[in-house]
Amino acid sequence: MTKTASPQSGSGGDVRLRRISKTYGSFTAVHPLDLTVPAGSFFALLGASGCGKTTTLRMIAGLEDPSTGTVELSGEDVTALPPYKRHVNTVFQNYALFPHLDIFENVAFGLRRRGIKSVKKQVEEMLDLVQLGPMARRRPQQLSGGQQQRVAVARALINHPQVLLLDEPLGALDLKLRRQMQLELKRIQTEVGITFVHVTHDQEEAMTMADTVAVMNGGRVEQLGAPADLYENPATTFVANFLGTSNLIEAEVTGVDGDDLLLRAADRALRVPARRCPHAARTGDKLLAGVRPEKMALAHPDDAVPEAHNRLSGRIKDAAFIGVSTQYLLDVPGVGELAVYEQNIARDGRLVPGADVVAHWNGAHTFGLDAAQDISAGADVDEEAA
Amino acid sequence: MSTVTEAPAPAPEDAPPEVRTPPLRKRLVPYWLLLPGIAWLLVFFAAPLVYQASTSLQTGSLEDGFRVTWHLATYWDALVQYWPQFVRSVLYAATATGLCLLLGYPLAYLIAFKAGRWRHLVMILVIAPFFTSFLIRTLAWKTILADGGPVVGALNALHVLDVTSWLGLTDGHRVLATPLAVVCGLTYNFLPFMVLPLYTSLERIDPRLHEAAGDLYARPATTFRRVTFPLSMPGVVAGTLLTFIPATGDYINAELLGSTDQKMIGNVIQSQFLRVLDYPTAAALSFLLMAAILAMVTFYIRKSGTEDLV
Repeated sequence: MTKTASPQSGSGGDVRLRRISKTYGSFTAVHPLDLTVPAGSFFALLGASGCGKTTTLRMIAGLEDPSTGTVELSGEDVTALPPYKRHVNTVFQNYALFPHLDIFENVAFGLRRRGIKSVKKQVEEMLDLVQLGPMARRRPQQLSGGQQQRVAVARALINHPQVLLLDEPLGALDLKLRRQMQLELKRIQTEVGITFVHVTHDQEEAMTMADTVAVMNGGRVEQLGAPADLYENPATTFVANFLGTSNLIEAEVTGVDGDDLLLRAADRALRVPARRCPHAARTGDKLLAGVRPEKMALAHPDDAVPEAHNRLSGRIKDAAFIGVSTQYLLDVPGVGELAVYEQNIARDGRLVPGADVVAHWNGAHTFGLDAAQDISAGADVDEEAA
Repeated sequence: MSTVTEAPAPAPEDAPPEVRTPPLRKRLVPYWLLLPGIAWLLVFFAAPLVYQASTSLQTGSLEDGFRVTWHLATYWDALVQYWPQFVRSVLYAATATGLCLLLGYPLAYLIAFKAGRWRHLVMILVIAPFFTSFLIRTLAWKTILADGGPVVGALNALHVLDVTSWLGLTDGHRVLATPLAVVCGLTYNFLPFMVLPLYTSLERIDPRLHEAAGDLYARPATTFRRVTFPLSMPGVVAGTLLTFIPATGDYINAELLGSTDQKMIGNVIQSQFLRVLDYPTAAALSFLLMAAILAMVTFYIRKSGTEDLV
């Protein structure tokens, strides 16, 4: 039967992409890219539609030939191998279940193609794992979206691939089911230890599930790291805006104070830890000072604000009560609009639209970004994911 | 809203829930839509069928007139006398259908999956023969296959005709007036009826299913056998029926491209009706043909197990 790298290995293999790229005519879908996915990790490729994440995934699967570069699975160069000789399996967007086969045969498909005769026990175990045992003799069309999704996962996982590729597997599900399946997939991944490469445009999904997230934009990886790391220390404005919300404030470096850089924005002095800024920042340079809305607090002008905090004065433009928190939109003269999320612990009746307020935050929670970027990159591309 | 001054009358306690029936006019719409089709079928299908049925049970002659005598022996006599033409018709039609499938499937596959932006052009080429009459196209084949023509010359030079003659498909060094010519004519004339339904069913297949099969260790040949072909079965069944049924009853190809040794059942019926003027036998043969085709088609659809796919 088909020779595959190391069948039934039980645990995952690593994926190494070296200078891999894909061009269609004059359009470059993926710029030369180096990427290593460690064995057994849950890796997410995150980006808006058209950013090259699915193309990258398809090149790993062998469904797309890279224009340049190589794909390695567990140290073996598989660039020239067709998909049916690669020990990876894919959970397709919209699942691509075989409509003429029942659930049992869909799940057994890969085993049968590899010449395994007695599939009954394995298929039944796999269907139990995804809680679809009683559905074995139904056709895919007779199942709900969530059930079809689980069949797609079972059909891929039963082959114990070195790497499982998931192409927006939860995109067609409603929010509640998606949440449930996210946890389910994470549980399965922990259980079987296979390397998962997950493509998604939903930043929340990527952060919930993955150990490592690569944020892609325009065919390039903008930043790669653990979800918390990406969130706390975005390297570009795209990452800062795409992953959650950031307030980015144009500022100028005025000096150094110990470990902090001193900035000036709208005639206000701000502090930012030097290690959270681009290395080359020097006095007189422009910088974008970033801070997450939930790290900020609002105070009435009469109230005391901790001395060491960064502060900006403005007026409340809008307030949206969303249960756990209230999201304020501030108009700060000389800076622009700022978002501030306040936990609803003790609600201050004075904080209503039109009120003058002081927004303040611990300087250590500020990050600095190179000012030579589009300040709003990635801000509005994620609407569909909400 | 204005203030309500009168309290609404309390609803009677045990009032049955009101089931609203749509007005009569609305309920009749489907029947009105059916009417033209049903009228057409009654006038041009059911009535002639009954008329033919009665003809097949008549006896008499053109001079004395025909009368219904329930003479069922006509059926038996027709079967005994013309069974070779029956068998030949089924054989030729089946062979032509098989050839159509062999030629048409790769063509339909190519159009559906590989032709890209040429898809529509190739489709037009497939349908183009319909712009000329069936009769003229068959006559053209007479010229193409003429003795001493380039086709026969080439086939002779390649000694292909020696092989086909040995197989009993041709006779000596000619193609015309042989089974080969008739089967070729049938194949050519009915090919579009095979390609169109095949294309329709292939085109509906989600290309991601091919990718999924490849991803699950199926080689391209296995993908075809396990995924593409089973999913195209509705097209295969429709195409073979659309080819086989008219080919069995066809008489033009045998008439123009064959000799008396290649007469099909259609030729017999035609000559009984128009030359011999033995209407009862002609009608009986028509019914026998219809029954035979119905039986074969029923068996075929049962066998191919595509009821739930069609």
